[in-house]
Amino acid sequence: MPPLLFYLLALTTLGFGLLVVTGRNPVTCALSLAASFTGLAALFLSLDAYFIGIIQILVYAGAVMVLFLFIIMLLDIKAEEGKQRSLVPVVSGILVAVLLAAQVSAVVSSTGIASKNAQNTPLALSDAAGKLGKAALPTITKDLKEGTLPDAKLIGFTLFDRYGFHLQVVGLLLLVGTVGVVVLSKREKGGAP
Amino acid sequence: MISLGHYLVVSGMLFALGLAGVIARRNILIVYMCLEMMLSAANLALAGFSRFHLVNGLPDYAAQSLVFFTITVAAAEVAVGLAIIVALFRSKQSVDAGVVTKLQG
Repeated sequence: MPPLLFYLLALTTLGFGLLVVTGRNPVTCALSLAASFTGLAALFLSLDAYFIGIIQILVYAGAVMVLFLFIIMLLDIKAEEGKQRSLVPVVSGILVAVLLAAQVSAVVSSTGIASKNAQNTPLALSDAAGKLGKAALPTITKDLKEGTLPDAKLIGFTLFDRYGFHLQVVGLLLLVGTVGVVVLSKREKGGAP
Repeated sequence: MISLGHYLVVSGMLFALGLAGVIARRNILIVYMCLEMMLSAANLALAGFSRFHLVNGLPDYAAQSLVFFTITVAAAEVAVGLAIIVALFRSKQSVDAGVVTKLQG
């Protein structure tokens, strides 16, 4: 991946992220967050995580942001008009963020693992075709021999083979979440109990 | 050449931005958006580690499965959280974090 493209995407992600934190109008914040998530999805694609990148766009930039915008417009939330912000939370927020970012940068620069890049750890697709073990399905080995990364197929195999139980637990969580939302948003009949 | 460190620094900065928003903002909806940003930042770090920890020449798909689960849980969390915010707005007519003082000692 060209370094310029990486810096452009990182700038998109972080710049729109900054706009989310500083924006006064909630609609601006939500749209900036959608743009930030799109940049992040492009970063996922640059990491050869195609499936995750697409899911990021579909779920975050699509579903979640539409839900946010829907709620903002449903509740008709206006921009914080003229209310002066108290200084303490703002200063402490900036301070904590700067400290955390500095800490992460220090840790990253002091470990050797951080210098791994696409040149010294290349994907060995045709080699991997022979070492798949249980995942050696015809469709996956065929893709690998042709030199394409069957990303979604491999994630699907991992999910259903190694994390089948976890997948069912997550399904249950989504069901509980759906029921919970319906219960929470139901208007109580006959006023307060 | 872009290395794992670059991705980790971007991830850390995005997380720090989200944290600053959670601490500094008063609007509950925007606090919530910043929470989502922090979750995504963690996902970026996971995807980076997945790419550069090769298992038999392929990315480590255990990490990408974890990202998948995180995204699913985040989606469920957003739905429930926004329903709570709507319920809160109904009772208080505001989404300012300062008006919720019921648990204040």
